[in-house]
Amino acid sequence: MTLTDDRPRVGTTTIRTRRTNQNRRRAWIQRVRQVPTHVILIAICLAWTYPFVWMISTALKQSGDIFNLDLIPTDPTFENFARAWDSANFGQYTFNSVVVSVGSAVLVVAVSALAGYALGRGNMPGKKIIVGVLVATMFLPKGYTILPVYILINALGLNNTLFGIVLAEAGPAHIVGILLFMGYFSQIPRDLEEAAIVDGAGYWRIFLRIMFPLATPVTATVFIFNFISGWQGFLIPLVFTLGAPELRTTGVGMFSFFGEYSVDWTGLAAGAVISVVPIIIVFLFMQRYFIEGIAGAVKG
Amino acid sequence: MRSAQVAGSSQNREVQQVTPVSSTSSVRAARPTKAESLAARMWQYRWQYLFVAPMIVLFIAFTLWPMVASWVYSVFDWSGYGPLQNFVGLDNFDSAFRDPLFWNAFKNTAIFAAFAIFVQLPLALIVAVVLNDNALKGRNVYRILLFLPVVTTTAVVGVVFAILLNPSGGPINEFLLSREFLDRPINFLGSTELALPTVLVIDMWKGIGITIIYWLAALQTVPGELYEAARIDGANKVQQFARITVPLIVPIGIVILLLTFITSMNAFDIIKVMTDGGPNGATDIVQTYIYRYAFDPEGAPQFGFASAVGILFGVAVMLLSSLPMLLRRRRRTQIGPAPTNGDER
Repeated sequence: MTLTDDRPRVGTTTIRTRRTNQNRRRAWIQRVRQVPTHVILIAICLAWTYPFVWMISTALKQSGDIFNLDLIPTDPTFENFARAWDSANFGQYTFNSVVVSVGSAVLVVAVSALAGYALGRGNMPGKKIIVGVLVATMFLPKGYTILPVYILINALGLNNTLFGIVLAEAGPAHIVGILLFMGYFSQIPRDLEEAAIVDGAGYWRIFLRIMFPLATPVTATVFIFNFISGWQGFLIPLVFTLGAPELRTTGVGMFSFFGEYSVDWTGLAAGAVISVVPIIIVFLFMQRYFIEGIAGAVKG
Repeated sequence: MRSAQVAGSSQNREVQQVTPVSSTSSVRAARPTKAESLAARMWQYRWQYLFVAPMIVLFIAFTLWPMVASWVYSVFDWSGYGPLQNFVGLDNFDSAFRDPLFWNAFKNTAIFAAFAIFVQLPLALIVAVVLNDNALKGRNVYRILLFLPVVTTTAVVGVVFAILLNPSGGPINEFLLSREFLDRPINFLGSTELALPTVLVIDMWKGIGITIIYWLAALQTVPGELYEAARIDGANKVQQFARITVPLIVPIGIVILLLTFITSMNAFDIIKVMTDGGPNGATDIVQTYIYRYAFDPEGAPQFGFASAVGILFGVAVMLLSSLPMLLRRRRRTQIGPAPTNGDER
């Protein structure tokens, strides 16, 4: 720093060098000032990730090694995964979770895209009433309506079927999706439609070929949102698989595995890894859509 | 006809501007009565109604009907099977009010809400303010790590923590014992005093990531120039936060408060997995209470009673969650329309 000051040069160069050095110094000071913040944040993040690290490490340990606090397994094994996948049925549970999550996400996207398009463009009579009722129910708690939904799914003959779970998950979950699609479709300029009409396209074709593809970002957000909440679902799959253990999703499977084999920690850890790794991978790849969806829901 | 209804589907608010090009123009020219013109307009929008239909069906079946049905079940003594015939009036509500276990569950549910609002919400705001600093390196990594528990299945989180906290050999107790912080292991989930605080903290571990994202979204609505101006005026960070950030994020903050409150009412998953309401009712919440009577009864299921409790719960939540909305409306009338008003979307 002082070097430049000691060696006099042509005026402008000296000033420029001094400036960049000052900037560099300021950036360095700022970085030093951030150190305490980083220390606290790293400590918090360690507490937030420890259970995940523990779960992976225990899943790889021999069952005799579980009381060892080291996170690196001495003699790693995949035997726990095999046991969880086959004997504890996590293979089947993972399949069920995929069906339920994809099924309910597809259903919600389809229903809310159609409704969002119809409500977002044009003033159909009754539009205001429909939107008003939707927004009003958004803030009602849905937890306690599980009983009538159970009776309804039962009456439809869908209890103990995966489709019943899909329907019960997707049935009440479309309001935010509709609002997102509505907002998006209402911003698309009219010219596009008019050009399509001139070309002889009907309402359905305009939607399917032009409007729905344009709304891909919203579709991705709504899909990811419902995929993740479908994967996380617990109460609904729990209630609807009371009589059909083979239809359990990973969450419910984990719960019953815990109830029956609460001492098999390595097996439980392997089951936990099988249950959460797919959803974490999906989240990491799609996190932009997911986080934007959440943020949008608050700001909207 | 086709062109007419597509023109009608435009953004135009005034119907008169939607000039039908072909066949409907004759209808309009004849100055139809009100009913006729409504019918004509509805016919014009028939595709829209078709598009809305699946949503309406699901809405009626899974949102509207369940609400009505809960009220109906609640006045019957009913096991969930067979005809509804044993009408008991308000007896179910009465026996809920008389049951100390109901009040215990209600109290624990309120504790969950209070913890979420008075602990989780402010902590999340602090973290969000720290992470909102553009100069902070690695803030996206921190954000993702704090968010990870949100996407994981609650049931899995519950099982993993139940093992971590296990008094006989669980890693957390083992660690505390090996460093001689403790003489004997703590039974976190098995003691009536510690079970509820433990579950509260784990619920926060699981859910705070989403509250942080909410707050970050709120903070990003504050224009950066305001901070610039405040800095020039010599305001320090705390003053900037108190004088600029807080007033500007209050409208969204109320929505976040509401969302956090409603989420805290849904602690069923974590409780069911970790303690099932125990020990001795110490962590029993209204949802686990309802579940026990409807799906996991000692004798015959009591759907009527469970529905009555569900209604009491639903009404209480609704009343409480309408409070911030009322506050928000009052603010809005005082300071004009809030910038984050979603009603007109």
